[in-house]
Amino acid sequence: MKGTQDHATLAEVFNRDEDRVDWHDGALWWIRQKRDRSANLTPQWEELREAASAIKSNVISNLHDYLLQFEDNLKKNGVKVYWAADAEEHNQIVYKILSDKNINQMVKSKSMLTEECHLNEYLADRGIDVINSDLGEYIQQIDNEPPSHIVLPCIHKKKEEIGELFHEHLGTEKGLSDPTLLTRVARNHLRNVFMTRRAALTGVNFAVAETGEYVVCTNEGNADMGAHLCEVQIASMGLEKIIPERKHLGVFLRLLARSAIGQPITIYSSHFRKPRPGQEMHLILVDKGRSELLARPDFRDSLKCIKCGSCMNTCPVYRKSGGLSYHNTISGPIGAILAPNLDMKKHADLPFASTLCGSCSNVCPVKIPIHEQLYKWRQVIVKEGYSASRKTFSMKAMALTLSSPEIYNTAGKTGRWILNHAPFAINNKFNPWYKQRDMPDSPEQSFGEWYSKNVKKS
Amino acid sequence: MSSRDSILAAVLKNQPPLTDLPDISGFKVPEEDVVEKYKNTFSGIGGLVYSAKNIEAIKNHIRENFDTGKRIVSTLPALSDVAEICSTSVEPQSFEDVELSIIESRLAVAENGAVWLTEEVMGHRIIPYISQHLAVVVYESKIVSTMHEAYAKIADEAYGFGGFIGGPSKTADIEQALVLGAHGPLSMTVYLIK
Repeated sequence: MKGTQDHATLAEVFNRDEDRVDWHDGALWWIRQKRDRSANLTPQWEELREAASAIKSNVISNLHDYLLQFEDNLKKNGVKVYWAADAEEHNQIVYKILSDKNINQMVKSKSMLTEECHLNEYLADRGIDVINSDLGEYIQQIDNEPPSHIVLPCIHKKKEEIGELFHEHLGTEKGLSDPTLLTRVARNHLRNVFMTRRAALTGVNFAVAETGEYVVCTNEGNADMGAHLCEVQIASMGLEKIIPERKHLGVFLRLLARSAIGQPITIYSSHFRKPRPGQEMHLILVDKGRSELLARPDFRDSLKCIKCGSCMNTCPVYRKSGGLSYHNTISGPIGAILAPNLDMKKHADLPFASTLCGSCSNVCPVKIPIHEQLYKWRQVIVKEGYSASRKTFSMKAMALTLSSPEIYNTAGKTGRWILNHAPFAINNKFNPWYKQRDMPDSPEQSFGEWYSKNVKKS
Repeated sequence: MSSRDSILAAVLKNQPPLTDLPDISGFKVPEEDVVEKYKNTFSGIGGLVYSAKNIEAIKNHIRENFDTGKRIVSTLPALSDVAEICSTSVEPQSFEDVELSIIESRLAVAENGAVWLTEEVMGHRIIPYISQHLAVVVYESKIVSTMHEAYAKIADEAYGFGGFIGGPSKTADIEQALVLGAHGPLSMTVYLIK
């Protein structure tokens, strides 16, 4: 099973096809550039990021009261509210809502939370069929693969591969790979799905405590097609999606799509407040590790995330290793700081899948210090004994070397001699650092030696 | 203890000391021609925008540019000779065959091209999403600069459902190739009236 391999191993598989890596790298960098153009055209962009971050700090510090206020307003609006401690409880709630109504088919718009909960599999085991309606998620679903990116679920796939999937599952002509024609085929197929589903589930981008409304953002219009045609509407949200007041949407909607794909706003920003006559609305508040994350001062800021994906698009490691290498629903830098909170052992490798260059923190619209958290997670993981044994050993050796000037000097001399006279002793297949890398020539003397020869004397 | 109570207790126990909300009243854009800005932004996203002298000009444009043999619905009584005034009491599925819907928005945003629509002006929540093509009538005086001003206008609105719509539905999920017309309308036209 893929999930049992670590990021480095899975990235190595992705890296076998160099042309594909370059193509993937370029596609994501292009989106990063679109984000830059869009941000530069927006006056007070940095002040907007600052405001968004401060609003989210306030949310984190007052979450208890905001949750109560939100719940109260939802009830006043005629929405049924549920609380789920974990994935299992969330899935049970959805199943109960559907089975009470004898519903065995549901359409779902993009929701990373339900992906994390493995809702589709849970419902399938109980005879309920779920179709993902976001085009990228639909493609991933028919290929039986998780999304590789939270905004662009099948960014790693070539159009010919998608054409092949459509040929197999939707009966299109073999060899058809034109993006417009493929999209039309999916449009027609999914329209029929929307028309016939009695239940629709959406994720939530923002939940307003003040009014009890929640906002769902899409470009495709799939969340609205599902929600307005169904009789049972379900929304699943993590506790951290709360914002205090409606006016704060102004800040977040200005940042979200610009950060994600360089668009001034998502095509659809839908504000759901009350069910339409004859319709039921259900909302599930999911904890799944959030309340625990609140208790970690070094890491709680990751709860500010608005899932724009900009940290992935800019990350040199993500771009060159692909989202599936992270073996976690949320991949990239943000996934690497969220995942260890849920299961440190399983995700011990992820905070190490970074160069700590800081680019992620620089583009984050809510100013999460992502690279600092990656660094801190490494320390926690090593301390708790979850790091790979090879890494722990070399770090201990490094600590010893750096703690003693004698050992440091001897090690430096020895290292330089080996690099210049016997590089094969280091550059061999037992040293993973040398995969796709080469060492520069080593200098004849260290800075210390040069300093004592030239500066100390004069 | 129920999950609700245990979650709330854990949140209360673990949340850090209260921090203040920031003042967001300072977000202003430099003086600008919001109508020009709106036109540029909206056409930049793939929307179509026409300045129309009056309702009559809109009707003519519809007759010339859309298939009037197919079903056209509207919530604007003034358009009743080109469109069927849609009933709010029917099932949403009954709008599946709508070719074009025409509704009025009382708020549009220059910085992103989006128009604000509530279910009252939509007639039925599904209409602007299920139609093959969407047209929206906007009086130029209703255009504001940014989302901050937009939310100031709708701060106290008690809608059951409302949405910003900023162009034709789109996707770029297949190799980042932009395709207009994902699940919602294939095109979106905004008629600006002075």
